[in-house]
Amino acid sequence: MQPDLHQKQQQGIDVAVLVSIGRHPTTGRARRAEQDARGLELALAIEAELPGTRISMLHAGSQDDSSEAALRGYLGMGLESMTLLEQPEGSDAILPLVEHLAATSPQLVITGARAERGEGSGLLPYALAEHLGWPLVNSLASVEKVENGVVTLLQALPRGQRRRLKVRLPAIISVDEAAPVARQSAFGPARRATFAITTTTSEADSELAQWHLAPARKRPKRLKIVKAASARDRFKAAASKSEGKGGQVLTDVTPEQGAEAIYKLLKEEDVLR
Amino acid sequence: MLETLLPILIFTALALAVIGAVRRIRLWRQGRPSRVNLFKGLVALPRRYLVDLHHVVGRDKMISNTHVATAGGFVAAAVLMILVHGLGIANPLLGGLLLLASTSMFVGSLFVARRRLNPPARLSKGPWMRLPKSLMAFSIGVFLITLPTVGLLPEGLLEGGSSWLLALVLAGVVAWGLGEMFFGMTWGGPMKHAFAGALHLAFHRRAERFSTKKGGAGRSTGLKALNLEDEAAPLGVEKPADFTWNQLLGFDACVQCGRCEAVCPAFAAGQPLNPKKLIQDMVVGMAGGSDAAYAGSPYPGKPVGEHAGSPHGPIVALEGKALVDADTLWSCTTCRACVEECPMMIEHVDAIVDMRRYLTLERGKTPNKGAEVLDNLIATDNPGGFDPGSRLNWAADLNLPLMSDIKQVDVLLWLGDGAFDMRNQRTLRALVKVLRAAEVDFAVLGTEERDSGDVARRLGDEATFQSLAKRNIDTLAKYRFLQIVTCDPHSFHVLGNEYGELGGHYEVRHHSTFIAELFDAGRLTFAPWKGGSVTYHDPCYLGRYNGEFDAPRNVLKALGIEVKEMERSGFRSRCCGGGGGAPITDIPGERRIPDMRMNDVKESGAELVAVGCPQCTAMLEGVVDASAEVRDIAELVADALVERSADDVSGASRRTTASTTAEEVIV
Repeated sequence: MQPDLHQKQQQGIDVAVLVSIGRHPTTGRARRAEQDARGLELALAIEAELPGTRISMLHAGSQDDSSEAALRGYLGMGLESMTLLEQPEGSDAILPLVEHLAATSPQLVITGARAERGEGSGLLPYALAEHLGWPLVNSLASVEKVENGVVTLLQALPRGQRRRLKVRLPAIISVDEAAPVARQSAFGPARRATFAITTTTSEADSELAQWHLAPARKRPKRLKIVKAASARDRFKAAASKSEGKGGQVLTDVTPEQGAEAIYKLLKEEDVLR
Repeated sequence: MLETLLPILIFTALALAVIGAVRRIRLWRQGRPSRVNLFKGLVALPRRYLVDLHHVVGRDKMISNTHVATAGGFVAAAVLMILVHGLGIANPLLGGLLLLASTSMFVGSLFVARRRLNPPARLSKGPWMRLPKSLMAFSIGVFLITLPTVGLLPEGLLEGGSSWLLALVLAGVVAWGLGEMFFGMTWGGPMKHAFAGALHLAFHRRAERFSTKKGGAGRSTGLKALNLEDEAAPLGVEKPADFTWNQLLGFDACVQCGRCEAVCPAFAAGQPLNPKKLIQDMVVGMAGGSDAAYAGSPYPGKPVGEHAGSPHGPIVALEGKALVDADTLWSCTTCRACVEECPMMIEHVDAIVDMRRYLTLERGKTPNKGAEVLDNLIATDNPGGFDPGSRLNWAADLNLPLMSDIKQVDVLLWLGDGAFDMRNQRTLRALVKVLRAAEVDFAVLGTEERDSGDVARRLGDEATFQSLAKRNIDTLAKYRFLQIVTCDPHSFHVLGNEYGELGGHYEVRHHSTFIAELFDAGRLTFAPWKGGSVTYHDPCYLGRYNGEFDAPRNVLKALGIEVKEMERSGFRSRCCGGGGGAPITDIPGERRIPDMRMNDVKESGAELVAVGCPQCTAMLEGVVDASAEVRDIAELVADALVERSADDVSGASRRTTASTTAEEVIV
């Protein structure tokens, strides 16, 4: 058993978890963001599986009382400290994160799919991947194993389907509701944990400044008309995969043609006017 | 020969008892400090023992009398024996008294022996089975050696060389008795309860529970707050040594009579909790070792002998087993039936919540839906995660006056989290109708109200409780009111008994108390009761926690209802299973507690069970195929209301238009 254990310890990897400040959907109070917390849960699962794994937690943003309370929500999951890349409100988080990640070079970066406040565009993991030149896998359900610099991942696809992927490290993975629920945040560890505050070069997010922000609204769903005579038919209709109708499959087209087709559809659907 | 042997025996036993006492005290002192007035406690001890304790023990007349004869006889015999045989004051008067005392003790021990012949399951066996024999050995031995002192036997009978064997046998019997009674008292035998029990009464952490000559309420049920300002202070209890020293002393006082076990709803439901075993496990943890020597009923579904601990080892293991499993702690409904029954006044619920605090605050291990409920409380101020702005939606048509508008009022109606529950909204509407009929000047906080923090606190999340409580206290401080009325006994208890420590002092009334007062003041008139037979289920947090047993019954009486009492009612009422976050943590058992309670209702033959708590309503209405209907007292009152004639209504012009319209709407 001894050599096995030794080997396992060698396999421990550096994981960086990026966390943001969340927002409760009904009250809007600051809290740990749902998806980011699931990301940290994933990292803690890797740590439990792979002794020797080191988790660092990163947040880029300003420091104040309410944000600290929210960030301590993550620390209460069992981390002793986190790194805070301090930058003024309204700054672009991507540059300092890229700088920090490039300097500390973790093997795996875990993020949530999208933030719960601000733009919430979900672009951050993609922007990071582009800057760092690392592969990105989205909608992670779980990390199955890490071996010789290759990580085996389970990606969640619609309707409960899963896809197993092997990715060479370093890589960025983003999690959404498919990943396991985050553990409870405990008050004691959260209170004791410390912040390592680093001031970074920050750049005002000029694009964000131009935007007009409004609370998100739920888009109305299209009615699915089911003409079923029996309970069995209704059940089948509810459970079965809806067949795409009236769509158009584009293969072997130039990017311009593809964009043209998408633009046309958006016009037809009244998304763009 | 005996004349030289007896003093040696007596003083050896006394010396060993003193050494044992020092060792035992050192075990207790492993605990954390606790502020206790030692002198005042010792002075109060006789009264606490003879009055307060007697009230509890006296519920079982037979055992009470047995104990008076045995213990009284023993104490008298012990003191007299030290004088007569230890110091050699061979006074015939003292000798006669000693004969009397040992006879009384012997008679007592016969009754103790009778109880041990076929002991009920709740009693611990093991070393306890030898106790009647030891009591007899002591009393008979002392009796016999005293006979020569009073001249009933010739002095020389035991001196002659021929009878040295008799003398030796007698000395052996006395030594056996002395060993159990003196030595065993401080070294951990069954008689330990006498030493630890007496000191536990003197240094009890809830001195308020005891009466004084001036009276005294004798009820102290609010949990003690954790100091969250001090970051070095431990959050709850991780290991036995984290209990305060007088808590450890309290555990050591347990007589293993199993009265707690007999009333524990979780034990009866087959959930892995037995209050007696839990206290014994704490004793094992304090002294170090395993529970293999425990001789009573185990935790249902958990064999004895698998758990072990030490004063500085964890109580609940991170992995595997330690002293106690977490599900044992989460099975408790905090109904306090065990505390109410305990003849040694042990505080089981405090200990359980202390250990839960550690699990929640330090480990983040609140089971099942616990974490979700706590997150909801933090983010939305209510356990269900509802939009706090919708707290008053059920009353959209009632035109309820808001505190924020009128600032000053007689009665502040505290809605509780039942405001989000459709069943309890019916109760609340009924209560509003009653208040309007009695022309009570009341208002609600509306969306300014938050959860009282009861669930958070019982689940061990002291931080969330204090956050909610402080914000509620700040809100209440903005307004002026004479009293708070609520239909939720849990809010009632927390607001009335637990906010005080955080700076909020209020006069709080349960709606049944308030309605009873309104009726007594002639402000309510009821139509005669036409329904069937009714029983009343006492909510734990109203009855046992706050001593309100009469008001709900008086209200039912005023309605013309003759209550058919269940076998377990009043201070012995069985819990509905809804307290202490038990429905949230949901530890599986063999039966459900509400099913057992509904069975009690069925046995009483009642067609309707009157309740006074949203939790009880929810739990009892959740029983499948129930034989009785469940209705809140407020609903029964609202149904029976009679419009009073204009003469009865003093100052009819006082009626506001709002109340008239609202009544019309409700009816």
